[in-house]
Amino acid sequence: MTGTARTPSFRPGVKFRFDSVRDAWVLLAPEKLFLLDEIGVEILKLVDGTRSIDGIIDDLAARFTAPRAEIARDVVGALEDLSARGAVEL
Amino acid sequence: MTPLAPPMALIAELTHRCPLQCSYCSNPLHLDAARNELQTRDWKNVLTEAARLGVLQIHFSGGEPMARPDLVELVAHASASGLYINLITSGVLLTDAMMSPLLSAGIDHIQVSFQDTQETSADRFGGYHCGHAKKLEAARRIRESGLPLTANFVIHKQNAARIREMLALGEELGAQRIEIAHTQYYGWALLNRKALLPSRAQLALVTEAVIDAQARLSGRITIDYVVPDYYAERPKACMGGWGNRFIVIAPSGKALPCHAAESIPGMVFPSVRDTTLGEIWTASDAFRKYRGTGWMPVTCRNCDRREIDWGGCRCQALALAGDAGATDPACSLSPHHHVMHEAIAAATDAALDLIPRRPGLLPAQGA
Ligand code: SF4
Ligand code: SF4
Repeated sequence: MTGTARTPSFRPGVKFRFDSVRDAWVLLAPEKLFLLDEIGVEILKLVDGTRSIDGIIDDLAARFTAPRAEIARDVVGALEDLSARGAVEL
Repeated sequence: MTPLAPPMALIAELTHRCPLQCSYCSNPLHLDAARNELQTRDWKNVLTEAARLGVLQIHFSGGEPMARPDLVELVAHASASGLYINLITSGVLLTDAMMSPLLSAGIDHIQVSFQDTQETSADRFGGYHCGHAKKLEAARRIRESGLPLTANFVIHKQNAARIREMLALGEELGAQRIEIAHTQYYGWALLNRKALLPSRAQLALVTEAVIDAQARLSGRITIDYVVPDYYAERPKACMGGWGNRFIVIAPSGKALPCHAAESIPGMVFPSVRDTTLGEIWTASDAFRKYRGTGWMPVTCRNCDRREIDWGGCRCQALALAGDAGATDPACSLSPHHHVMHEAIAAATDAALDLIPRRPGLLPAQGA
């Protein structure tokens, strides 16, 4: 499957959790960690292994005022980047 | 000034004991003796404090961390403290009997190092009979348990020719991550540099194979590549900056901003036996000494990469330029950069004899 019909999930050994010391969400992966920006956090909160990329975009588009195309670009960009860095499976 | 951020990760060198004797080991020449190692309760305190301080990941390393009989207990403690747990091991002690307790204790990821792809040379480089076969078994166990595996290969001139086989082995083992790391020339590796440092042609061969594999395996296997400083124009951001992201705890309890920091003369490193991790991070002279940009020589201070590579590695500056406060000689802007070229020249056609990493095998000073 290609494009936005794919369903992202966290790869084994990847943990997305809230860090109370930094008061921020963090993404922990094998020998890597990612501090996330606001949009990154909102995207990853919707990664559950069942929602497709389209589903994630719809959800964010319903909640945020930005145009859907812009949201789609952010979502695809962030997930592809995290896939290349080994945190997310597409 | 922005307030000091908490450390991201803690490297717990549980012990310097190791059944292997890799000549490229970056452990210090003076290995901590078993009798000086921290006790289980000391390590537990360190882990609890680390999590409170904001450390997110703990890397159990060494030496061979599995040589510590309390490893499972420490993993369980780290897990209960909310830390992400990584184990960096040679794999030779990772038996079936160890795998399930580690899993139940809450381990998140294991890195197994390989010396080569061929059994005879791998066991020769590791100085451990049947080591390679045990590592293959360990990797299989890790995969069968469902845990993510990193296969680590340390590259030097005597194994660089087999880079493609190494990548293929990592793939065959089901590794989720492959680390191709050129030898970092500290400790025993620095001692053996002439017999280890690859040629420019070998470096090119390895780099090309890694780039091919990264493109081919993207999204399936993460391939991280650590380059050797000796052919670089700019240094690596050693530890992401001194006292900026990492705390290393040596087996004896000394807290270090970089693995090789104990090599720097005249510096006193605080011990977790005497003071808290929070004090060490925020207030110790050792962690403040080269933190940020204030300590930098003028070359770095005026450079726009000063907060990218933080002037490179202090220990390398000491080892190669004789001054821990100098610009890392790996940088072409360093007045000492020529030492890198001299080291490359000295390694060309040098004898391939290796001094194994072994306690008590330390050559006389100046040798
Ligand atoms: S590099 Fe080799 S000798 Fe050094 S700790 Fe690792 S396995 Fe042991
Ligand atoms: S001069 Fe200093 S800061 Fe600039 S690239 Fe070289 S080592 Fe880095």
